[in-house]
Amino acid sequence: MIEFAMQKAWLIPFLPFLSFVLIGLITKRSEKLSAFISIACILTSFVLAILVAVGIFGAGEEFIEKSFEYSARWFSMPGLEISMGVKLDPVSSMMLFVVTLVASLVQIYSLGYMHGDPGFSRFFAYLSLFAASMLGLVIATNLLQMFVFWELVGLCSYLLIGYYYFKVSAREAAKKAFMTTRIGDFGMLLGILFLQIVFGTLNFTELAEIVPKYADYGITLGTLNLIAILLFIGPVGKSGQFPLHVWLPDAMEGPTPVSALIHAATMVVAGVYLVGRTLFLYKTATTAAEVVAYVGGFTAFFAATIALTQIEMKRILAYSTVSQLGYMIMALGVGSLTASMFQLFTHAFFKALMFLGAGSVLHAMHGKVNVWDFGGLRKKMPYTAWTFVIGGLAIAGIWPFAGFYSKDEILLEAFNTGHTGLFWLAVITAAMTAFYMWRMIFLTFFGEEKAENHPHESPFSMLLPLFVLAFLSVVGGWVALPEHGWGYYIRLGEHEAGHAPAWMIATATTAAVGGIALAAAMYWKKIISYEAVGKAAGPLYTLSFNKYFIDEFYLWINHTIVDGLGRLLYWVDIYVVDGIVNGLGFFTKEAGAVLRHTQTGRLQNYALILFAAVVVLVLYMYFKSPAAAMIVLGGGN
Amino acid sequence: MGLLTALFLAPIIGALIIVFIPKDEHKTIKSVAAVATFASLAICLYVYFAYDQAAGGLQFTEFISWLPDFGINYSMGVDGISLPMALLTALIGFSAIYASWNIEKRPKEFFILLLILIAGVMGTFVAQDLFIFFLFYEVVVIPIYIMVLIWGSTKRVSKEYAGMKLTIYLLIGSAFLLAGLIALVVKSQGLTGNWSFEISQLAQVKFDDKFQIVTFALMALGFTSLLSMWPFHSWSPDGYAGAPTAVSMIHAGVLKKIGGYGLIRIGLFILPVGAKFWAPWIIGLAVMNVAYAALIALAQKDLKYVVGYSSVSHMGYVLIGVASLNIIGVNGAVANMFAHGVMSALFFSMIGYVYDKTHVRSIPDLGGLAHQIPRIATGFMLAGMASLGLPGLVSFVPEFTIFIGTWKAAQGNPAVMVAAVLAISGIIITALYTLRLLANTLFGPRREEYDWLPDANVPEMVPLVVLGFVLIVGGMFPFLLMDMINNGVEPLMTHIGPVLEAASKIGGNL
Repeated sequence: MIEFAMQKAWLIPFLPFLSFVLIGLITKRSEKLSAFISIACILTSFVLAILVAVGIFGAGEEFIEKSFEYSARWFSMPGLEISMGVKLDPVSSMMLFVVTLVASLVQIYSLGYMHGDPGFSRFFAYLSLFAASMLGLVIATNLLQMFVFWELVGLCSYLLIGYYYFKVSAREAAKKAFMTTRIGDFGMLLGILFLQIVFGTLNFTELAEIVPKYADYGITLGTLNLIAILLFIGPVGKSGQFPLHVWLPDAMEGPTPVSALIHAATMVVAGVYLVGRTLFLYKTATTAAEVVAYVGGFTAFFAATIALTQIEMKRILAYSTVSQLGYMIMALGVGSLTASMFQLFTHAFFKALMFLGAGSVLHAMHGKVNVWDFGGLRKKMPYTAWTFVIGGLAIAGIWPFAGFYSKDEILLEAFNTGHTGLFWLAVITAAMTAFYMWRMIFLTFFGEEKAENHPHESPFSMLLPLFVLAFLSVVGGWVALPEHGWGYYIRLGEHEAGHAPAWMIATATTAAVGGIALAAAMYWKKIISYEAVGKAAGPLYTLSFNKYFIDEFYLWINHTIVDGLGRLLYWVDIYVVDGIVNGLGFFTKEAGAVLRHTQTGRLQNYALILFAAVVVLVLYMYFKSPAAAMIVLGGGN
Repeated sequence: MGLLTALFLAPIIGALIIVFIPKDEHKTIKSVAAVATFASLAICLYVYFAYDQAAGGLQFTEFISWLPDFGINYSMGVDGISLPMALLTALIGFSAIYASWNIEKRPKEFFILLLILIAGVMGTFVAQDLFIFFLFYEVVVIPIYIMVLIWGSTKRVSKEYAGMKLTIYLLIGSAFLLAGLIALVVKSQGLTGNWSFEISQLAQVKFDDKFQIVTFALMALGFTSLLSMWPFHSWSPDGYAGAPTAVSMIHAGVLKKIGGYGLIRIGLFILPVGAKFWAPWIIGLAVMNVAYAALIALAQKDLKYVVGYSSVSHMGYVLIGVASLNIIGVNGAVANMFAHGVMSALFFSMIGYVYDKTHVRSIPDLGGLAHQIPRIATGFMLAGMASLGLPGLVSFVPEFTIFIGTWKAAQGNPAVMVAAVLAISGIIITALYTLRLLANTLFGPRREEYDWLPDANVPEMVPLVVLGFVLIVGGMFPFLLMDMINNGVEPLMTHIGPVLEAASKIGGNL
């Protein structure tokens, strides 16, 4: 069985793809059948992913930093060979497990959440296509294969954000997501071109071997740094790093299960995964690695400051995602695959949990989104509330929840590699994270119940995923305990079983507890007046609440600069370029008319004259004096 | 009769049969046209898959001596470069018939002209004799002009203006081309003592550098203006906007590709030194195509103008690929012609469906059409996603290949590097205008004034299914297309390789 799963691992993405095709072509009229096919396929993939994981981790030493790999030619020509294949190693099998698990849970959850939606089958078709693309990305053997699926997950994200296509806001958010990530893809594509031209291959395994010997390929370390930074622009777009983070909060226009699956747990970590896959590049190109680390650290901090003042549940979660992705990117920048992938792993559980929990709340609140309109929901929705609290503890980093282990790991790596500044930035961010998360929790689930709300607990199909994810948000971190050997399997470079010193654990925990306590004081017990705090913060509050006006700035660039340039060029095209051409035509026409003493106004005549004139002129000049002809034709030298 | 002759004879026979059908028998006329183009498509598919890639070279050749005194022969043949183009013609020709299913005005004349147009374009891709090639090229001019005048539409510019502009550009282009061809044949007769119009024979002649430079310039003027190279592009948006759907499909889909095909098959193959000399200029202008036309597409409100400028922009990639002068770039150029042809034909047919029924093409007046016409909306989405180069659809691999080829050519040449980066940045602007078009046409609130709009019926679905199928299959299995193209491009580039190599040592612009 394990052997079969590994040999046929391409089935893992193929099955959801098959489900997409079947739903799209055959079963879309039958909602039940569509959902059944979709869930059956993703569950089968999940089982296969588990088998693969057993095979890879069970083999111990064998697949660490080496991989089980096979591929088939996609297209080729002299000097360019691209294949599509399967690369299985601890990192990819971990991702296969996470993606298929979260995707399965989200699809089950959607049974309840999307019940009665007119586009039910379409929704499952898109979810299947998304799963297929994401899984194809995970097993990619080379950068182009990754890019192909990278773009396809982008397409699915676009389709799902714009799922409620009749809403203008959804339509615009979908477009924004596509455009913003496209800017990242532009940089990434340049990086890929560079790698292909310089090293002649895009295969990860081969690149890992030859990139350290870059000097043999005729490039300097500076060029290699440039390549690495260009490549990193892709993840900046996809994983919502500053300054291309703007699309991710807007992506919440999609149905909530989509936010959980795509914009929290899986797709947005594709950027992190890509940097993880190419980390060998950043180990050599250290300047680029510093850039990665600081972009990540800054994003983590910056997004947290925005999340402090947001009032919509999903937006707070979205900025939290941006911030957490920043942690993962920062961990990669300081060179730790282990810590970054660990954060990715645990974050997938607790963030999916919180998004699905938020979906459960929104489902019960019938479209109300403002956290200030909620309150005391724990009484009517106990399961949602308590699983959400688990998520809140996990993301705040409270022992023994998953986030505690993964955050410590990142802090430790940042400190050990001498990035003290980043370390303290991450600690402050951790405190802010605890604060804004618990601000939301207190406002939503605690405090007074509001009479105008009539909440009800969600159906079992929606609660089951919450239970599973809550369970994993508790135990998910334990894989890092020495006896479970996360760091032994998932690493690049030597395995160091480092332990965070006591002062570090104490600092991180103090930050988290402090954040929660402050939130409790302000929003639950109301000991501190949040209004007074907001006033005291003054312009800082305005900046944070308006997301530093970055969206407005981009809109201005788009609508004023880019569109203005378009209109200007259109004017030039009609009145200058076309004007000259028409003028020439007019001149020739008139000249022709005079010569022939006739003005019939018929096309044939004009055309004939033009035709003859050009032929005669050019031939005459050419045979008499080639040099003159060349001058006329514009090629002086 | 050989299979290649049958390729373009089938539409001509169809046209002849229609001549004898009473003009009120609309259904019979359309069916004959459909059968004729289907026959052509079926033969073309057979030839495509029966072509022996291991053997390579020209296959299915036909040769009849015609005017031996001038070396003019009826010579037909296909290789890996012409086959995809012929297949493209057959696919779009067949689809164009169905896209015109709703023509009510003088359908007899319409389909006769359309079939002649298809036959003419097909002929250029299978002809191996320059005289025959040129003959076919001239054949297409007349039907286009008449069709725009009678069945065209007037928006920003009148259809008379559009038709005239299209035709004059085509004619002037062909005048330069003719001048180049005559020079080529006369010169080769002077060098070898034999008259020959055969492309493969002319390619063996060693023309001197100066001659190559001048003659390439003449031909390139003809070919690149057909390919709507900046600043000879303005006929393209105006022309497509004025033309009826089928003409836009064929013109944007295949006819303008004769420019790129000729540039490779005749320009590059016969006059490599000339190509080398002019390549930097072509790259420079092509970058203008990509970036400038894409930005202008942003400013357009008329659906057809967006796709018209988009087509100009995409042709920039083809030109850059050719001008990169390496195997990878030229492969990408040919493949991109195929990809863009399928995509733009699908786009124009979908726009045609909306316009023919609503007489609205202005994007602000449309919106939310996915509510009423989901099938057509799917066609729009497919075409749009192909236009912005989404992987998994046919245009991604060609564009990527062109980028690789250009990047390769740019090594050690900062100017070309800048051009390459600018060209690649076109993918951002392309996404911007395409997504805007899709969003503002298809999505958003339901508009009740379009509730009466019927979705595509069975004949109207044919272009969507046929072209959509090619978009997807070509995107998922790119080797089906790329292997064939490389089969034609590799020997061509190997043939001119030593010449290019030698030319690069001369220095200066060479």
